[in-house]
Amino acid sequence: MDLSMKWLADYVKVEKPIRDFCYDMTMSGSKVERYEVEGEEISNVVVGKVLSVVPHENSDHLVVCQVDVGKGEPIQIVTGAPNIHGGEIVPVALDGSTLPRGVKIKKGKLRGVESNGMLCSLGELGLTVHDFPYAIEDGIFVLEPEAGCENFVLGQDIKKAIGIDDTCVEFEITSNRPDCMSVIGLAREAAATFDVPLNVKKPEFKGVDGDINKELAVEIKNTKLCQRYAAAVVKNVKIGPSPLWMRERLRGCGVRPINNFVDITNYVMLEYGHPMHAFDSRYVEGGKIIIRNAEKGETITTLDGVERELSEEMLVIADTKKPVAVAGVMGGEYSGIMDDTTTVVFEAACFDGASVRTTAKKLGMRTDASSRFEKGLNPMGCTDALARACELVEMLGCGEVLKTTIDEDYSDKSPKTAVFDSKWINNFLGTDISEEQMIKYLEKLGFEVKDGQVVSPYWRIDIECRADVAEEVARLYGYNNITPTLIRGAAAAKITPEQKFSRKLAATMLAIGCNEISTYSFVSPKNFDKIRLPEDSPLRKTVVITNPLGEDTSVMRTTIIPSMCEVLARNYNYRNPEAFLYEIGREYIPVDGKELPDEPDRLAIGMYGNGVDFYDIKGAVDEIMEEMGISDCDVTACGNDCEVSEASAFHPGRSAVVTKNGVVLGIMGELHPETLENYEIGVKAYVAKLNIPEMMSVSVTEKTYKPLPKFPATTRDLSIICDDAVPVAQLEKAIKKAVGNILESVKLFDVYKGKQIAEGKKSVSYTISMRSHDGTLTDEQADKAVKKVLKALDELGASLREI
Amino acid sequence: MREALEKIAASAKEQLAKVADIKELEELRIKFLGKKGELTAILKQMGGLSAEERPVIGQLANKVRADIEQEISERADSLKSELSAKKMAEETIDVTLPGKKRSVGKLHPLSIVLNEVEDIFTGMGFDIVDGPEVETDHYCFEALNMPKSHPARDTQDTFYINDNVVLRTQTSSVQIRTMENRKPPIRIISPGRVYRCDTVDATHSPLFHQIEGLVVDKGITMGDLIGTLEQLMKRLYGDDCKIRLRPHHFPYTEPSAEVDVMCYNCNGAGCPLCKNEGYIELLGAGMVHPKVLEECGIDPEVYSGFAFGVGLERIVMRRFGITDMRLLYENDLRFLEQF
Repeated sequence: MDLSMKWLADYVKVEKPIRDFCYDMTMSGSKVERYEVEGEEISNVVVGKVLSVVPHENSDHLVVCQVDVGKGEPIQIVTGAPNIHGGEIVPVALDGSTLPRGVKIKKGKLRGVESNGMLCSLGELGLTVHDFPYAIEDGIFVLEPEAGCENFVLGQDIKKAIGIDDTCVEFEITSNRPDCMSVIGLAREAAATFDVPLNVKKPEFKGVDGDINKELAVEIKNTKLCQRYAAAVVKNVKIGPSPLWMRERLRGCGVRPINNFVDITNYVMLEYGHPMHAFDSRYVEGGKIIIRNAEKGETITTLDGVERELSEEMLVIADTKKPVAVAGVMGGEYSGIMDDTTTVVFEAACFDGASVRTTAKKLGMRTDASSRFEKGLNPMGCTDALARACELVEMLGCGEVLKTTIDEDYSDKSPKTAVFDSKWINNFLGTDISEEQMIKYLEKLGFEVKDGQVVSPYWRIDIECRADVAEEVARLYGYNNITPTLIRGAAAAKITPEQKFSRKLAATMLAIGCNEISTYSFVSPKNFDKIRLPEDSPLRKTVVITNPLGEDTSVMRTTIIPSMCEVLARNYNYRNPEAFLYEIGREYIPVDGKELPDEPDRLAIGMYGNGVDFYDIKGAVDEIMEEMGISDCDVTACGNDCEVSEASAFHPGRSAVVTKNGVVLGIMGELHPETLENYEIGVKAYVAKLNIPEMMSVSVTEKTYKPLPKFPATTRDLSIICDDAVPVAQLEKAIKKAVGNILESVKLFDVYKGKQIAEGKKSVSYTISMRSHDGTLTDEQADKAVKKVLKALDELGASLREI
Repeated sequence: MREALEKIAASAKEQLAKVADIKELEELRIKFLGKKGELTAILKQMGGLSAEERPVIGQLANKVRADIEQEISERADSLKSELSAKKMAEETIDVTLPGKKRSVGKLHPLSIVLNEVEDIFTGMGFDIVDGPEVETDHYCFEALNMPKSHPARDTQDTFYINDNVVLRTQTSSVQIRTMENRKPPIRIISPGRVYRCDTVDATHSPLFHQIEGLVVDKGITMGDLIGTLEQLMKRLYGDDCKIRLRPHHFPYTEPSAEVDVMCYNCNGAGCPLCKNEGYIELLGAGMVHPKVLEECGIDPEVYSGFAFGVGLERIVMRRFGITDMRLLYENDLRFLEQF
């Protein structure tokens, strides 16, 4: 809502600098976005009179004027404008003056003739013909006396002379206060904020004799969506420009003046916050206005010249044949006020907010009217608005208003009430405000306090309970005058096991040198192809956004892997030589028969860089598992028929699934060459995804101290020859089982293929460390264990390497 | 004999002074003091001395031995330290060469600040509560006093999954789920991702993070709300930090406020950062609307509460001087490694 401060001054006198006014209004609840002083850029421009005009000696189109600017001696100005002949009163930009858009005027010579300034056009003063309808667009702005601006004083500042000295304040009005989308509403707030009187008179008009019912009939077919429809008829209409004061105020509120009748409806809407409509009665066929739902397939061409298709839930204003306006949104093209209009019908009606909102949204046209109606106006507002419009017609002398009006009223007039309990309010706010003071605040805002109730004035639709009343008191008392206190009573916060787990996971990731990333939860479905997911993969079933910003962010991710791939790709593209990254984030998995998807937490790890290989990502996973209390995981190569869907993203021979007791904890590996290509990553990159809830289910976080060993350990180094295809995990398993409870550790220290080893074989070397808690192990005990190991290995086709 | 002893003493002194290394020193020790050494040889002749001469010469011999021993020990010490100094000198390196780093990963700036905020609130007795991001219209809007046609819905451009399911536009949905499941006293914060149909630019992202707070108990006042927010801001921005509340409207709180924090750049004096306001808008807050309490089965006659919601990105960007929100989701290492 843009507010003209000149207009505001009609109702309330606030003697404050504009900055303070804005600040105080903001702090009492009417938020000021910004303010603009009109004509701020214009300086040293005065009213002048052209005394004489002679042709320029060196030019066909220039003339030389002597201009009286109230300084005794006239000054000489050269102009090229065609509409200066002598005798005109004009705006004169003197030497050293400034104009809008940073224009500066200096004296100088034009084709050899001295010019001491410039005669200004409307445009040069930042104005249009809407502001001064008597002037012309192409040429000097020739001032004419009009009501409110009868006499010009030569040398007077132009801003004062023609009233371009208003200040416009832009308010951000919240949706609960449609009453503040009006000059009077804001005046009321200002009066309460600054504790000054509010002068609003009830509008009255005299009217001429005549029965409106002979001119017009009104029928409301849907009294739920239109609770009230009031109408007045103006005859012998004289269409013309509005007076200066009205144009000024409209301009100050950001509305373009059109003609007196259109301006009157806008003026009333801005002043009272209640939208009005004016019809040319010629176009109300059958002399009857019907408020009804649109019929299927019905269309209307609105004032803006666009043909719009209506649907059955939309409310229209119709005559006996056709819709003439979309109720509360916009009028129809053919019912508007024309230059030859003779009889005008004023409408002041009240339409259901929700209905107007849906209609406006569906038609894609939010208007000043709809933005007010949709917040829920009170039908009581119709009377004052209609009366004010009629009053203005009489004031402007632009028509004869019929004394009788129509008022179809189905509204509930019982006022809104809420409990008034000053003690409760003080307890609720933590204040100590006297009951008298509270009542004073409320009355200032137009409320009535009686019998323990706060009775709302009709324009306040938002006060329903005592908390609402408390807000009214609090905002006038000043939120910042409330003493800050601390919550009483102790409370012990609990960190949940999930939060603990996640924090530890993050700490581990940082400790092993991975940087945290944060990616969007929505992705492009193209990612499924990029990671080569099979067509029938369940991961292709996603939560789909019906109104996405773009295809790139149109589905909720069912796998976190593509998010990591994108970030790896971006970093590669930015020529970052290496990357070690992790993200803890959610996946969104639709569940059959459930309204909402599952949102499990996942850990994604990604890395690339010089020397980085599969064992780096595996090492990271091993470290995480150990830190998170998950021991003895099974690592199974993915191969070509892996049960985990995302295995498709990986190199089948260089990726693995991590499980524990059959629970899949995650997948890791080198990205498939095609995946790398799809993401345009030019180096080998490694990714892992770990399932956090699954990890938690097998994690043992309780730790018990084990006594340090009293007896020395015995170690034996073994080099074993076996088929290349045998995974070392199998060898290890066999060793562990064979050594039994004296085993302390099995450490692989070398894998060798090549010289001295037969084709298709490999040599694997282990250090086996054994220890007993009952005494020092004898050589015999150790040798016996080794024998068992060799026997077990033999079953796997592995034997001791002969050196 | 006396002359012989004195000769040995003099010769030992002279030779020891010339010793250049430990090995030579040991040779000398054996030469003079060893079983077959010069001094031992002399002492062996002691038997031939008269009873008067024997103690005198014996004393002298002992003194000579002690002197030599002392000399050797001193020499040994000085040789050792010379040797050590030489070795150190040889081993000297350029300490200005770069160190071998064991790189620690960096937390994302969003996490850095979120952790701080979580710690502040757990310190004040708030639990941290999670909720779904894909949420029903009921929890995101209806239960928060925003029925389908409510105009306030326009201010939160919503991503829809279907008529009944949305991507949550605010973490307030977690408030409702919490109040349905817990009885007062309730003190929670619920941080998390929220979604709005905003086109990406330097200050907008269709996905961002909010931290929502909720307190419900008997006798909770608006003063408590202000006090709690003041604590938060002082902990985040220092003890001198001030806050300012402006009346506002949210359907789910009454009274409602927008909260500004004193510009930490100019301490309220006004500067380009705060657009000369001296304060920066930071969060929305208010007393929980009685209808919302009722909706969750909490009697507003008995209990009251407050709630607040703050955008994490805004705090993070101000904290680190980040001017483009897109950087937070681009995950360029050159950016991430700065924190």
